[in-house]
Amino acid sequence: MQLTTQAIDVDIVGQRIVEGVSLHVESGELVGLIGPNGSGKSTLLRTVYRLLRPVAGYVRVGEDDVWKMSARESAQRTGVVVQEAPSDFEFTVREIVEMGRTPHKGRFTNDTREDMAIVEQALQRVRMNSFADRQYQTLSGGEKQRVLVARALAQQPKVLVLDEPTNHLDIHYQLEILDLVRALGLTTLVTLHDLNLAAAYCQRLYLLKQGSIVADGSPETVLTPTLIREVFNVDAVVGQHPITGSLQLSFVGLDMVTSGN
Amino acid sequence: MDTTTRHTVSRETIVQAIKQITFFWTLVMLLLVGLVVAIVTAVAVGSISIPLGTVVRIIIEQLRPGIVTPTWTPTEAQIVWDFRLPRALLGVIVGAALAVSGTTLQAMVRNPLADPYIFGVSSGASVGAVAVLTLGTAFVGGLSLSLAAFVGALIAMAVVYLMAQQQGRTTPMRLVLAGVALNYVLSAVTSYLVLRASGPNQGVTAVLTWLAGSLGSAEWSNLGLPGLVVFTVTCVLMLQARALNALLAGEETATGLGIDVERFRIRLFILTSLLVGVVVAISGAIGFVGLMIPHIVRMIVGADHRRVLPIAALLGSIYLVLVDLIARTIIAPQELPVGMVTAIFGGPFFLWLLRHRMGSTR
Repeated sequence: MQLTTQAIDVDIVGQRIVEGVSLHVESGELVGLIGPNGSGKSTLLRTVYRLLRPVAGYVRVGEDDVWKMSARESAQRTGVVVQEAPSDFEFTVREIVEMGRTPHKGRFTNDTREDMAIVEQALQRVRMNSFADRQYQTLSGGEKQRVLVARALAQQPKVLVLDEPTNHLDIHYQLEILDLVRALGLTTLVTLHDLNLAAAYCQRLYLLKQGSIVADGSPETVLTPTLIREVFNVDAVVGQHPITGSLQLSFVGLDMVTSGN
Repeated sequence: MDTTTRHTVSRETIVQAIKQITFFWTLVMLLLVGLVVAIVTAVAVGSISIPLGTVVRIIIEQLRPGIVTPTWTPTEAQIVWDFRLPRALLGVIVGAALAVSGTTLQAMVRNPLADPYIFGVSSGASVGAVAVLTLGTAFVGGLSLSLAAFVGALIAMAVVYLMAQQQGRTTPMRLVLAGVALNYVLSAVTSYLVLRASGPNQGVTAVLTWLAGSLGSAEWSNLGLPGLVVFTVTCVLMLQARALNALLAGEETATGLGIDVERFRIRLFILTSLLVGVVVAISGAIGFVGLMIPHIVRMIVGADHRRVLPIAALLGSIYLVLVDLIARTIIAPQELPVGMVTAIFGGPFFLWLLRHRMGSTR
């Protein structure tokens, strides 16, 4: 299932945060959204999972405008992993993943054997099934993130949206989460801060600056020293990963540039 | 996709699920039995004690005359049927309402310190009730005490809602802040009314009793409406249990799970205000039950509202019936306001639980 945004503008408290953004993610494609802090990445994602309504343009998942669907219909198609402060209340891992069934269940229906199977499969997929009865709060950052991915999987989505899934994770878990997301093969839109991870995992990238897309395409076409200089205000040298051959950036310290030249 | 593994559930998962269901229903059964025992005990014990057997037989006689032979005095029958049973049943209604609304509001504002009175409902009710007690019912257009309290509660709720709105959106933070601010304003009004009336025979004791909360006004005739409201709203809230779970996990998460958060919050706000307003109107603002019971229940059954809500309703009922029993017997023949006793017993118990729990998770 495709994901498309067409010329969307988003305002927050009267201020334009996203302007004229058109992007598309093909079926099964893993697409990254990169850009500096405050460039509108998360805001853009929020229009996809119906938290923020764009003031102009539209967001389509498959053939349908998500803002013309009900919240529930939209959640049956799109699974979301967000960065959100956990609450002080204690859910078990299984209960967290069971929430993923919410958009598929009526008010009067209990979880069936099929729901249990879907939840279990989701947990297996992220290799957390042995943690099913643990308290979510007691997990490490990487384990928590995997559980949240499992919850999105329990939604049985066609499209996956992830907001900074590697935040606060050590390098092992960063790679593990992205390996997992790639292996799922769903239509995926992900925001990432780490440009090297974006280059290594995403098939295409969109580069945002002050709410607008300034470049898009393969990592090689987007992550050029000129664009990085322009958008992030940092000097970078493009190299190659010694083993995988994927694009790799080396950054030059800010004071090295000013004092060195 | 993955059609081969679709319906397989591991044995472990099934065993776990069965264990959980068994535990839940055993708990429900135990609490139901506990509730009946609590009610019968509360009816039996008092300034005049009546044997349990007699209590049960008086109740049977009232429900199905002619099955048992009367061996009791008319006074005993009157005490049981006209005074103590309605009072115990009011305890059931109020206890359930407070526990259920407390649970819901804690999830709605994602704050473990939320209680049923957080949106100013009780202080609105207090102004209404105290106005009747100190200025007389003519002042409020001839409304009865509980009706004046209910109207006060509804007005407070409407004001909080309007203040918290901004461009058609409300956030829990604004609701809480508006509620807290209104609480202060209305408490000041209540204090003023009390001070103004502090001459002799102007009902200051009645005011203080009302403010601390009491089940003393229970009569069969004023149980029907609150009972119906509490039962209905509790059932409606139980049907929202999944959505409450999602909301407790966070606004973005809930949206991603297909909850229309804005509309859902408004619905919860109205339902809980109704629930709290209707019980505050007859019992005053009984503290602590709505804050404490939800936490105790979560410690027993976890955070899932499909289990927390029904258990909280039952435990809240039992707790309030028993605390009221203590309130009216501990310094007999005088009676303490039940709200005072819930706090005196509840506070230390809650602190103990908090320490105990912190010790167990670290």
